[in-house]
Amino acid sequence: MSAVLARDIVKKFPEVIAVNGITLAIPDGEFMVLLGPSGCGKTTFLRIICGLESQTSGDLIIDGNVVNDMPPRARGVAMMFQSYGLYPHYTVRNNIAFPLRTQHVPRAEIERKVDWASHLLGIEQLLDRRPRQLSGGERQRVALARALVREPTALLLDEPLSNLDAKLRASARQDIKQFQQRVGVTTIYVTHDQVEAMGMGDRIAVIDHGKVRQVGTPAEIYDEPADRFVATFVGTPPMNLLARNGVYLGFRPENFLPRDMIDDGAFTEFSFRVDRSEYLGSERIVYGVIEGFDPSQLITAKLPPAHVPEESIRPGQFHPFAVRNSALRYFNQDGKRASRH
Amino acid sequence: MVTIAEPIAKPASRFRYFLDRREVLGAIFVAPAILYVLLLVGVPFLLAVYYSVSAYTIYDPSWRFVGLANFRQIVSDPVFQETLGNTFVFTFGSQLLGLILGKFGAFLLLRPFPGHKIVRAVIILPWAVPIALATVAWEWMFDSLYSVINWTMITLGIITRSEAPNWLGNPHLAMLCVIVVNAWRFFPFAIVIFLAGITSVSQDIIDAATVDGAGFWRRNYQIILPIILPIVAVGLIFGIVFTFTDLSVVYLLTNGGPVNATSVLGFEGFQVGIVSGDVSHGAAISLFMLPVLLLVVVGMLRYIRRREIV
Repeated sequence: MSAVLARDIVKKFPEVIAVNGITLAIPDGEFMVLLGPSGCGKTTFLRIICGLESQTSGDLIIDGNVVNDMPPRARGVAMMFQSYGLYPHYTVRNNIAFPLRTQHVPRAEIERKVDWASHLLGIEQLLDRRPRQLSGGERQRVALARALVREPTALLLDEPLSNLDAKLRASARQDIKQFQQRVGVTTIYVTHDQVEAMGMGDRIAVIDHGKVRQVGTPAEIYDEPADRFVATFVGTPPMNLLARNGVYLGFRPENFLPRDMIDDGAFTEFSFRVDRSEYLGSERIVYGVIEGFDPSQLITAKLPPAHVPEESIRPGQFHPFAVRNSALRYFNQDGKRASRH
Repeated sequence: MVTIAEPIAKPASRFRYFLDRREVLGAIFVAPAILYVLLLVGVPFLLAVYYSVSAYTIYDPSWRFVGLANFRQIVSDPVFQETLGNTFVFTFGSQLLGLILGKFGAFLLLRPFPGHKIVRAVIILPWAVPIALATVAWEWMFDSLYSVINWTMITLGIITRSEAPNWLGNPHLAMLCVIVVNAWRFFPFAIVIFLAGITSVSQDIIDAATVDGAGFWRRNYQIILPIILPIVAVGLIFGIVFTFTDLSVVYLLTNGGPVNATSVLGFEGFQVGIVSGDVSHGAAISLFMLPVLLLVVVGMLRYIRRREIV
C-alpha cells in the first residue's frame, strides 16, 4: 500500500501554476526524493502534502485516507524545514515534546518518546540547551527528532542540508539515510542537489515546471533519462546532446572517450576539437566541439586522467573520439526519449 | 648642476589640524545634545529636587531647606494616596487594554485584505490626532446629556433614558473613561510593536508549529507570543513611562474629578505646584514618580536581557 498517494495534484497561484498535475505513489518505507531546479514546484507540492497549502484540484491520500480537507495536524505527517523552524524559547527537550503535547499525549509517554527520539539521534546530552546554543548539525538532529517523535506516516524534508557547510553536508547525508533505514519511515525529501538525490533516494521524481518528468531509481534516472530535461539536469557535467535532422543524440561525458580507449563492441566515432581541459585530480574534464555539428554546441568529455595520454587531448587540434553504441540515447524533436535514431 | 631647494623650515601650527582630531570634532558635534539635556532636563530636575526639600511657594519664594517634610506631608495626605492608587489603575488598565487591542489589531492587519492599506493609515490616526482635539470628541461621547453611546443604547432599547449612565459623573465610570481614551491613544503604537514582532518570527517556525499540530491559539500563545515578548516588553516600558507621567487625558476629560476619582500623579503635581502655586509640594508629588518608574524600567530591562541571553 502506498503511504502517500497524490492524484493529479494542481496548485494555481494568481500569477503562476506551481504544480501542474502531479501523480505520484510513494510506497511504505520508501525514501523518495523530489528533485528539480528552484521554482519547479517541488516545495509547493511538499507543502500540499503536509497541509500548509491546499491544492486547487486533485486528491491526496495518506495512509489510505483522503486528506484533502484535513488540517495539517490530522494528517499524521511530520515536516522538517529548511531553517529547521526550532522554537527558540524552548529547550531541546520541549522542542521535541511539543508535537506530542499538542496531541495531549500523557506526560510519562511524552518523556519516554523524547528519550527514544533523542537517543536515536544521539542528542541526549543537549536536551536542556536552547536552539541558539547548538551548532548547525545539532540543530538538524533536534529538528529530525522533533519530526520523528510522533512516529509519522510520512516524514517530509524540505532541503534539510542547505544550511550546512559542505563538509557537514556529506556526513549529514549519511546520518539521515542511515537513520531512515533503521526507523523505516516513509520519507519524502525535496532537494535541488542531484548528489543528495542520487546518493539518498530509493527512487527519484524529477520535477520541472510543476510536472513530474520521470520517476525511477537513481540508476534509471541517470542511465535511461525519459527526456532531454532529465538528461541535462542530472549529471555533472550534463549529458551531451547533438542535434541532427530535428532529433537529438545524447551521451554522457564519461562515455565520450578517445577512440583508442574503446577496444570492444560497436561504437560511433566523432572528430573532436579540444578547446580546453580542466584537471580536477580524480578526473579530467575536456571541453570542445564535434566536427560536422553545430559549433555553438559545447561538448564535454570526462576522462580518467591516469589513462589518457597528453597528446590525445592537445588543445586546438582534432582528435578521434568515440562513444559505444550502447551508451547512445536518442530523443525526439519534442524532447521525449526515442528508441532508435 | 641640479640644485634641490632646501625645504624652508617652518614649524606647523599646532592648531592647524585641530579640527581633524577625532576627539575634538566628536566633542563639538555632541556638545549641543549634551547642552540640551543638561539645560532642559538636568537643571529642571535638580531644581525640582531642591524645591521638593524647600518651603518654596510662589507667594513666599524662600529657599528655606525643610528636609523631607514635604514628602511626609504628601504621603499622609489621603488625596495623594488616592491619586497614587489612581495612577497605577490608570497606567496598567490602559496599557493592558491597549495591548489587547493592539494584538487583535495586528492580527487583523497581518493578512492582506481589500483596502488594508487604507485601514492601516486610518488606524494610526488616534496616535496622530492632537490629544486636545480627540479628547473633546470623547468628552462629547461621554456627555451626561448628549452622549452618543447612551443615545444609541436607548434607541436600541438596551437601556431606558432614566438608566443612562453618567459616564464622567460616576467615579468608577470616569476612571473607565480615561482608561479607554488613553488605551485608544496607545493602541496604534501597540499595533506597530506587535506587527514588527510578529513579522520578525520566521515563517518556518510558524509552519513547523502548524504541522506539529498546534492550532490557532496554541500557535499564538505558546510560540509567537513568547518569541516576541522581549519586543513587546520594550514597547510596554515606553507605554508605562508615558502613561505614568501623563496628565493630558485626565486634565482634558475629567479634570481629576469627580472628587479626585481620576486624579493621577502628573495631574496632581500640576494642580498643586502650578495652579495652586505650592511649588515645593508639587515638586515632591512629581518626584514621587521617579523611584516607581525606575523600579519598573530596571525590572523589565533585566527580564528582557535574561530572555535574550539564554
